[in-house]
Amino acid sequence: MPSVRIPTPLRKLTGELEVVQAAGATIAEVLHSLDQAFPGLKERICDDAGQVRRFVNVFVNDEDIRFLEESATPVKDTDEISIVPAIAGG
Amino acid sequence: MNPTPFFSNLKCRECGRLYPKQAIHVCDFDFGPLEAAYDYEAIGKVLSRKVIESRPHTMWRYRELLPIDGDPTVGAEVGFTPLIKADRLAKILGIRELWIKNDTVNYPTLSFKDRVVSVALSRARELGFEVVACASTGNLANSVAANAAAAGLKSYVLIPADLEQGKVLGSLVYGTQVIGIHGAYDQVNRLCSEIAGKYGWGFVNVNLRPYYAEGSKSMGFEICEQLGWRIPQHTVVPMASGSLLTKIHKAYKEFIQLGIVADTPFHMHGTQASGCAPISHAIKRGTDIVKPVSKPDTIVKSLAIGTPADGYYAIHSMKQSGGSAEDVTDEEVVEGIRMLAEYAGIFAETAGGVTVAGARKLIESGHIGAGDSAVLCITGHGLKTQEAIVGKCGAPRLIAPNLREFEEKIYAPDAAAASI
Repeated sequence: MPSVRIPTPLRKLTGELEVVQAAGATIAEVLHSLDQAFPGLKERICDDAGQVRRFVNVFVNDEDIRFLEESATPVKDTDEISIVPAIAGG
Repeated sequence: MNPTPFFSNLKCRECGRLYPKQAIHVCDFDFGPLEAAYDYEAIGKVLSRKVIESRPHTMWRYRELLPIDGDPTVGAEVGFTPLIKADRLAKILGIRELWIKNDTVNYPTLSFKDRVVSVALSRARELGFEVVACASTGNLANSVAANAAAAGLKSYVLIPADLEQGKVLGSLVYGTQVIGIHGAYDQVNRLCSEIAGKYGWGFVNVNLRPYYAEGSKSMGFEICEQLGWRIPQHTVVPMASGSLLTKIHKAYKEFIQLGIVADTPFHMHGTQASGCAPISHAIKRGTDIVKPVSKPDTIVKSLAIGTPADGYYAIHSMKQSGGSAEDVTDEEVVEGIRMLAEYAGIFAETAGGVTVAGARKLIESGHIGAGDSAVLCITGHGLKTQEAIVGKCGAPRLIAPNLREFEEKIYAPDAAAASI
């Protein structure tokens, strides 16, 4: 299963786990299974329409999914997904 | 030190949830940015033009509107840079009245970043941090390194490995830990977000960002005061993350709210380099959705942020105030640097070239009226980005040390040329 790096603001929902495993062949599927394992996680990352929130960046390995296929971006078992707050820098 | 009664909480800019004044920067619920919240009623009772005018000429003369608890312990001398009336440049750019807010001479590291670092490191000390750090395109690294050195804090600055030599040396000299990252600024930024989350260092523009960003307001406060307590009709600001523009806008609104300046119409304009212009392009497309730039390609490294954190808010500041955005090519940046130097006597880094060249386009297109008055925010010194103009400003004419050569090779041809 792909591994997912959880940012500090969401670790209360994962029992303080920094990295978790979540099944799925796309980012959308991974977010769905994350929400099954840790209820409430998805609504923090996605808005009501199911889109990744404006202030959240999701990376597959080192690439921002906005440069790939957004939430339809395919993921492999060996991939590392990172959820990173967008508000930083400048 | 008694806590100030003026700075009460951090508050999510999206949902309004309140948070304690700790080293946190995003809302747990929606990842929105946390901002300093103030008690404006209390501030209004103590802060006036007269009180401000009685204080030393530094950015801390507006301290009630800056988010630290006690007195500043880092960078107490920062700010209050000159506001210059630039008549010759105004004529060349085709505008009635032009002012330059000259942060190329900000203390101690010759860029506006000393403002934000002064607040961030003063707050870092209040929160008990021993290691401070930043993700930087250069100016911020210089400022964190210098101010941390003066304050006796250990610092790490993380930068793209390919920055201008002046900016790399301008950090190394202070004995900071300079970490060059093989990647673009956005990758440096992401790494810093992950380090900040894991190791709990005080990253000025990550977990200390709510404090840091407020420092930029001081540029707006100073502009109003130096103009004789009024808001300029037009303010032109270079954009990287978009934070500076957003915060100058906030400064104007705070002064209006407090009755320190009159509520006169004003317009915020943002400028970027065409090789990395996600905010300007969004404005031109008429949207507030910022499409990230994956591979910035410009000589203006200090503005090369492909995923601007405050892009969304900068767009709203420009729209709300009836302003506009423009972007300029690298050639126009060099022209802008030269115009500012030749017509106002100010040597700015590449971001300054972006501001001048962008302002010229905005005046030409009528977004800034030819009969109006504008302030250009010039944010960093040209000695830091010399690579950008090497070979583009001519070269010295070389002669032997005798009068005959001077007369033959310099005086006579120049006199002939002048008489044409």
